[in-house]
Amino acid sequence: MNNIQLDSQNRLKHFLGIEGLKRDLLIEILDTAASLINVHEKAVKKVPLLRGKMVINLFFEPSTRTRTTFELAAKRLSADVLNFNIDTSSSSKGETLIDMLRNLEAMHCDMFVVRHNASGAAHFMAQHVASHISIINAGDGQHEHPTQAMLDMYTIRQYKSDFTPLRVAIVGDILHSRVARSNIHALTILGASEVRVVGPKTLIPKGIEELGVKVFHDLKRGLCDVDVIIMLRLQRERMQGALLPSAYEYFQYYGLTEKILNVAHPDAIVMHPGPINRGVEIDSTVADGVRSVILQQVSNGIAVRMAVMAMTLSTMESPSLKKEQ
Amino acid sequence: MSINQIDMLLCSMANYLNQHLKIKNRDDVLMIGIHTGGVWVAERLHSLLNLSTPLGQLNIAFYRDDFSHIGLHPHVKPSTLPLEVENRHIILVDDVLHTGRTIRAALNEIFDYGRPASVTLAVLVERNGRELPIQPDVIGCSLCLENGKHIKLHGPDPLCLEIRGTA
Repeated sequence: MNNIQLDSQNRLKHFLGIEGLKRDLLIEILDTAASLINVHEKAVKKVPLLRGKMVINLFFEPSTRTRTTFELAAKRLSADVLNFNIDTSSSSKGETLIDMLRNLEAMHCDMFVVRHNASGAAHFMAQHVASHISIINAGDGQHEHPTQAMLDMYTIRQYKSDFTPLRVAIVGDILHSRVARSNIHALTILGASEVRVVGPKTLIPKGIEELGVKVFHDLKRGLCDVDVIIMLRLQRERMQGALLPSAYEYFQYYGLTEKILNVAHPDAIVMHPGPINRGVEIDSTVADGVRSVILQQVSNGIAVRMAVMAMTLSTMESPSLKKEQ
Repeated sequence: MSINQIDMLLCSMANYLNQHLKIKNRDDVLMIGIHTGGVWVAERLHSLLNLSTPLGQLNIAFYRDDFSHIGLHPHVKPSTLPLEVENRHIILVDDVLHTGRTIRAALNEIFDYGRPASVTLAVLVERNGRELPIQPDVIGCSLCLENGKHIKLHGPDPLCLEIRGTA
């Protein structure tokens, strides 16, 4: 497969999606993140890997958590960061994406972190950007959100160590969720024994079984004996048409409560990419409970994003030199 | 170089370090080995000196100046400094001192943990080829090698020095 994300030596040049990547590369991302996880414990909470590099956060959709953790990750690698919130900038004045790209390239940057409401936007930019620039997809439409998937995988590995025996349920609005898509690919590549998607018929895309998942419409049956539960946010801002009667009714059928959690494996962990809607997809007692690893996901997100940024920018010059003593 | 010879070098380094610590009246030192060969040497010296403070390990992979040339190694074991660096006397240990770039990177990393009172550099082998103004305080042995030749420490048990290269 001709993967635009990889360079001629199959190293990560851009990070656009999980689909099509090899298991070894995903493990390399997790291992690199593990070696960067303690950087904040030093008096100077930085390593100088990307010193002198310029990272531009290009956010065409509002985001707080993802943009902040990308910014923090870049700063912990000693890069300089510029934030562009485009809905308030040039695109509203009619500038095309390519023109904007050329202008930003002229500012001598090294990486774009892109979030866009159109699926494929990051891929499009990677095809047209100057060769020395890396693109990282921070979420494109309903397509992929690869760094979220990798931080989820990191968190799962932290608690479960081995992916192969795991049963994982992804619950909620699968239809609009780029997180679900990236997670399904990642779990499949890493060899999880069973990946389930659970939700109402209106929020599960047709043909999703082709990705190798089992579909459940009943929450209790879908969570039976699972080791990991990934709850998804109900993305009401993306919904057009009457897909749901009401948030209240949704919670009655698909909200995760302590009672329903009892059908999962006793050591099951509960994850959520955030922001959580308490009382809509998850009950407060579960979100704040002992099995919730939601805040751990946020912390891990910084190290995982550092790993991806360092890996993509380390492929830019490649003559191999021997270790100097 | 035989195992016995390396043991002799380590003993003479330990004796010298012992005197050094006594003269300077330093008992609360932190010994830090640089991953991986430096850690092996530091483990031996730590044991010979019978130091009461735990041994630290430094992995300078994220501080190298050739990161953009050689890329990132995915299995970087994190640095562990078991004691506060701030205002403490440090004994920094490496296997081979050549260009001085590893020590430059190690000093930068140590200073990201705090401001040490002093850093004493101890190396098993010091060879020619310095590219930075860095000199060791304690040396096992000094070698003069031709350009293109490299010396490598194998370990951890037993320790063995090998000279490689075509020149």
